[in-house]
This record gives sequence, structure tokens and C-alpha cells, in this order.
Amino acid sequence: MKRPDVLIALAIFAALAAAPFIGFGQGYSLTLLARAMIFGMAAISLSLLVGGGGLVSLGHAAMLGVGAYAVVVLDHARITEAWMVVPVGIGAAALFALVTGAIAIRTSGVHFIMITLAFGQMAFFTTSSLALYGGDDGYTLYNRLEVFGSRALERGIVFHFTCLGLLIAVWALVRALLHSRFGRVLQAARDNETRARAVGFEPYPYRLAAYVIAGAIGGLSGVLLANAAEFVAPAYLAWQRSGDLLFMVILGGLSGPHGALMGALAFVLIEEWLAKLTEHWRLIFGPLLIFCVFFMRGGIAGLLRRG
Amino acid sequence: MADLLLELRNLRKRFGGLTVTDDVSLDLKRGEIHALIGPNGAGKTTLIHQISGTLAPDSGQILFAGTDVTHLRMAKRARMGLARSFQITSIIPSFTARENAALAVQARHGSSFRFFRPANSEAALNEEAMAALTEVGLERRAETPAAALSHGEKRQLELAIALAMQPRVLLLDEPLAGTGAEEAERLMRILGGLRARYAILLIEHDMPAVFALADRISVLAQGRVIAHGTPEVIRADPAVRDAYLGEDEVA
Repeated sequence: MKRPDVLIALAIFAALAAAPFIGFGQGYSLTLLARAMIFGMAAISLSLLVGGGGLVSLGHAAMLGVGAYAVVVLDHARITEAWMVVPVGIGAAALFALVTGAIAIRTSGVHFIMITLAFGQMAFFTTSSLALYGGDDGYTLYNRLEVFGSRALERGIVFHFTCLGLLIAVWALVRALLHSRFGRVLQAARDNETRARAVGFEPYPYRLAAYVIAGAIGGLSGVLLANAAEFVAPAYLAWQRSGDLLFMVILGGLSGPHGALMGALAFVLIEEWLAKLTEHWRLIFGPLLIFCVFFMRGGIAGLLRRG
Repeated sequence: MADLLLELRNLRKRFGGLTVTDDVSLDLKRGEIHALIGPNGAGKTTLIHQISGTLAPDSGQILFAGTDVTHLRMAKRARMGLARSFQITSIIPSFTARENAALAVQARHGSSFRFFRPANSEAALNEEAMAALTEVGLERRAETPAAALSHGEKRQLELAIALAMQPRVLLLDEPLAGTGAEEAERLMRILGGLRARYAILLIEHDMPAVFALADRISVLAQGRVIAHGTPEVIRADPAVRDAYLGEDEVA
């Protein structure tokens, strides 16, 4: 098989599909898995920027936040139909990405990290000040989205497979992007910007397009995250959350979307497991992450490639 | 005038108090190799930077096939058919040799805002990329990651990328730099073969190569063109000898 990354991803999808039937079918497990899959989508979208474009964003949580707050705003206006809310969430995040990206992508390196962080913080403080939607305290959704008037998503198992389906779609989309003409230009500009220019490619529009696509997927993740938790708070947009996402991507490895997928699943599940083990789980989690960065160059995907 | 592909008019560039390009005018015609020689620090690479668009001149004009390109960006000039190779090899290390060349083909072959079809399976891109690799004798290394190529092979790839652009003008900045005798000879043969189809502006330190290849030579010293002419004229020019050519090098 010439495509080990596809095999790895398919194995993970199969495991996620089987999980509800092999002892992870209770409400609590399903919520946890849904959360892991949603962060999987967000991490995959971020990996398009970090791995594909060399654009290290420390403001990606804002994309999720915009998607999540789109759900809140529409819920407040009594609009809960998925076919309206999902496109609005994705569109709002894409628009936010377009406007902030148009500025951020003019910079590079540390400046890019700082400016994406700044935009992220701007979004965070904006949501904190939205008294109508709960301000700092957040906003409770009493129901998940309806699909053509049906409340099927309330059932954990339906929500699980909805998330899984979307996760597979997001993975396939990002993988296709990276192998397309577009992805080739994006990666060429990441590796050697001068060379890309010298053959006739101005990197800016390609990077901006990648930023908007990543933002749109982030918005989708945000919509789902709001529905998984049935609660939205400004903490969704905190820079620590952006840091977590970045960590998932690096933990999993930058070689493709399957890396980010593994990183996100590992991150969410280890975090959960450690939190159950001890109250002071952060004391273990922190050093564990540092250990991974030091001794697992190429992340989990790199380990699998060598192994 | 149709054959006049590149024309520099009174180009000037200063870095602070240092004049690196001092009133340089020269031209390049279809089917010729025009060599630019001069001692280190004469401003040869700076001149290439200005022609290709990485540096903006302070004054003067650059005309490409009759169009003023002085203020156009590098990528735009490249798409118009102005290709350059770099003195220090500039390739995409994580791409294979073929992908490096295919990237250049892609730039002039329809839109690159195509998101779904795998670029690696586009026959049109691959065929032209392979043709460019074959031209420089690198076809057998097509699927090797560029980072794993030898230094000489990287120099060949650098040239193949420029050829894959199917340019009208080639700006070659020391294509033989750091190559062994055998590789240099091979590259020289390739360059000689390219003459008919392109206009080539060649910077090179290898004097025997320059005198063997060039139709015309311009000598740059301290940013100024101090001599210009056929290889015979340059060889005999006493000012050139003083400024640059060691007695033994001329032989």
C-alpha cells in the first residue's frame, strides 16, 4: 500500500464507528468521543495552515468561537434549524478569517503568530462583552439543532455518527487540498517562498484561501462544539484553546491531516483519562506534552512511519 | 527590434553610500548568450536581482520584449517569460525533482486555484516536467526528493525548473558554481544547446566556460560596465585585464 496515511485514517474512522457498540455507547462516552472528533476537525483545519502553509496561527480558537456564537445568536432569535445555522456558522467564520487573514497574511513568522493571537483575543473580549448572550457566564442552549424539524441530534448515537461523517468529510477535503495544484503551491511557498515567486506564484492569495478554508472548517467545528456541550462561553475563544489546537497538530505530526486527527484524539482522551486519575492532572499532562515534543519529532504520525 | 528581448537603460542602485549598479545599460537578443563577468562585489548578482524583480532599481528602466517591467513584481515577470536561476540553489527540498519542475509548468498552465484533482496525476504537467528534466539529464532522478540530490544534480534541477517555465529570457546566476569538472562540462553542453531557443544572460566565474559559450561579454566592475564586446575584444582589452582578468586566466 502506497498510502499509509489513508490506512491510518481509515483505521481510526473504523474504530470510531465501532466504539458505541463495544462499550462506549453510554451518554458520557459518546459526549467525550464527539468532543474528540470535533476537535479532530478543528485540528485538521489548523494543520492545513501549519503543516500545509507554514502558517502558525495562535488564533484558531476564534474560528470555532465565531461558529459557536453564530449558533447562540440564531438560537436567541429562535432559529435552530441545522440547514440555516450550519451555513451561517461556517460563513461567519469564513468571513472572519477573510477579514483578519487579509491583514495577518501580510506578515510572517513570529509576527503572524502575534497578529493571529491579537485577533483571537479581540474576538474573545468581544464575546465576553455580549451581555445579551450571557457575557462572561456564557449561554445555555436548551436543545440541539433540528434537522428538517427533527430532534434526532438529541440522541447521542445520531450525533456521534453525524460528527463522524463530518470528520471523514473534513479529513478527505483537507487531504485532497494538499494534493491538488492549490496545495502544491501552498507547500512550495512554505518551503521556499523565493522559489515560488521565481516560477510565477505570488503566495498571498493561496495563503489567504487556505486561511479562509481553515476558518470555515473551524466554524463548522464551533457549531458542533456548541451543540455537543449545549453551552457556549467566551472560554471557547481563549488563547489557551488556540494553544491546545496547535498542540494537537504538533503532537500528531505535520505530515498530513491524519496526524492532526491522531493528535486531537490523543489530546482529548489523555486529558480525560488523566483528569479521572488525579485532581492534579495538569502536573502530569504538561510534562507529558513537553516529553512528546522533545522525543517524538514528526509526532505520532512520525512514530507510526518509523515503526 | 523584435529580437531584442531584454534591455536595461541607465540602471542605478545604491545601498546607502555604496553604488552597486552605476548607470548600467545593456541588452540581450534572441538566440544569444550574453555573459556578465566581473570581480566579486562588482554587482552582478544585484543586477540579476533587479532584472528578475527581487530588488527595485533607484532609477533607470528595464524593458522585457519592449514592455517596461521596471515596477512589476517578480512573480509577474516570471509569468511573462523571464526566468532566473539562483547562485545558491533554490529548490523545494520536500518535493521530488519532477514536482519541482511540475510546479513551474503549473504556473503557466491554467489556474492553480484547483482544489480537488491530485496534481501528481495531471499528465500534462508531468510530461512537460519530465521533458525539462530530460533536457538537463535528470530524468532518472525524477522521483527522488530534491533534498536527496547531489550538489551537481541540484544545479541541474535549478536549470530544469527554469526551462520548465518555457521562458523567453533565462537569467543564469553562476549555473556552474560548485560543480565538479565533469558536471560543469555537462552543464556547459546543455547551456550551449539552449542558445538557439532562448536569450541567455549568464553570470559565471568559470572563464574558460564564459569564453567558450558567450556571444557577447560585458565586464562589470564597481557597478559599472567597463567593457563590452565579443570574447575576442574582451580578451584583448587592457582595461579588463587591469580590473579583473589575471594574465594567466586569459590564456
